[in-house]
Amino acid sequence: MSDEAQLPRYPIPRGVHPPLLSPAYESTRLRAPREPLRLLPQELTEITGPLLGEGRVGPLDHDLTRQHEGEPQGQRIIVTGRVLDEGGRAIPDTLVEVWQANAAGRYAHAVDQHAAPLDPNFTGAGRCLTDAEGRYRFVTIRPGAYPWRNHPNAWRPAHIHFSLFGRAFAQRLVTQVYFPDDPLLGRDPMYMSIPDPAARRRLLCHWSLDITEPDWALGYEWDIVLRGPASTPRHPPDRR
Amino acid sequence: MTLPLTPSQTAGPFLTLGLTWSDGPNVVPDGTPGAIRISGQVLDGAGAAVIDAIVETWQADPDGRFAHPDDPRGSSRSAFRGFGRCATDDEGVFTIVTVKPGSLPAGDGRVEAPHIDVSVFARGLLDRVVTRIYFPDEVDANAVDPVLMTLADTDRATLVALPDGGNLRFDIHLQGDHGTVFFEL
Repeated sequence: MSDEAQLPRYPIPRGVHPPLLSPAYESTRLRAPREPLRLLPQELTEITGPLLGEGRVGPLDHDLTRQHEGEPQGQRIIVTGRVLDEGGRAIPDTLVEVWQANAAGRYAHAVDQHAAPLDPNFTGAGRCLTDAEGRYRFVTIRPGAYPWRNHPNAWRPAHIHFSLFGRAFAQRLVTQVYFPDDPLLGRDPMYMSIPDPAARRRLLCHWSLDITEPDWALGYEWDIVLRGPASTPRHPPDRR
Repeated sequence: MTLPLTPSQTAGPFLTLGLTWSDGPNVVPDGTPGAIRISGQVLDGAGAAVIDAIVETWQADPDGRFAHPDDPRGSSRSAFRGFGRCATDDEGVFTIVTVKPGSLPAGDGRVEAPHIDVSVFARGLLDRVVTRIYFPDEVDANAVDPVLMTLADTDRATLVALPDGGNLRFDIHLQGDHGTVFFEL
């Protein structure tokens, strides 16, 4: 066992994520694995991950309102925040991907048959890299709520899907951000699948006057916290 | 200082809108010497094809190394992407094009057999599910792999890809008697 370098360790999160089987969300019943998950030791494959940077992000990819000839319908908003790890360290240069419905609550996706209009000026997909302070920033329009077939008169609260890589396979996270004071949240089986109310509320962005741009767009802030690494690393593998 | 984690949510049925890359399935470019195609069908507990999933892969290079600051050995192949992603088609099938990774040193001095880490995202999965692909021509290495050794034979078999012509087949059964082994990490 040689040397200086110590490998990071990512403590397993407890009581944060929703249980895979959450029967109120119908689609989990035939898809959530039923056998207990086995423990995968954190070796090199798990503590490394794709560092996807330049070449993946075009100059307008962060601005979902400027990807077509005209401007999309809806309330223009800015959504920004920092990607951090559990230790409060910024995660710079990491890819953030988003997708969402348009202002009418319709996705530009062939599978979405909701009887609401598509917007020829809105695709609803974006990506950016975090800056040196771990900050991401998107300009978009506020997504609409939409009905789904989970239960009678079911409506999804307005949300934006987020995909995060961090720096390690262990940190990969896909989640959704919601808007504060949405009356649909308490009846949403996805949001409510998170058992801890405090953890749930961490998926709410908050309105910020500082981020709001005069005569232009409302600003919302949402920080994202990915796993680890713990402050007590373990030893590296032999270099053989 | 410890910050509370951001919880996971499902990627939902429209995930391809945000997570599709035209070169996603190409861990290595087509025509790379030694390239193999790994294909598989994702199936639910009723045996129905999961036609709205995205399968992502992450792996070491052919030397068993990563061009990543947390691999203390580094890599001489900095252009090796190591990452693949592919949406399932209308039969629930994904395909990636890659090369076999090398064996990897484990923390306790043992050696991990060549493997690919896999994440599956889909409607109905409130968090990704994680599994591993092992290689059928690595019988000796698989026999002493620290992860495979902990599993019963029937469970092990769910993690070893099947030869399929010159390519490999790796089906993912989310549930059922022959359900794929999934991991917490």
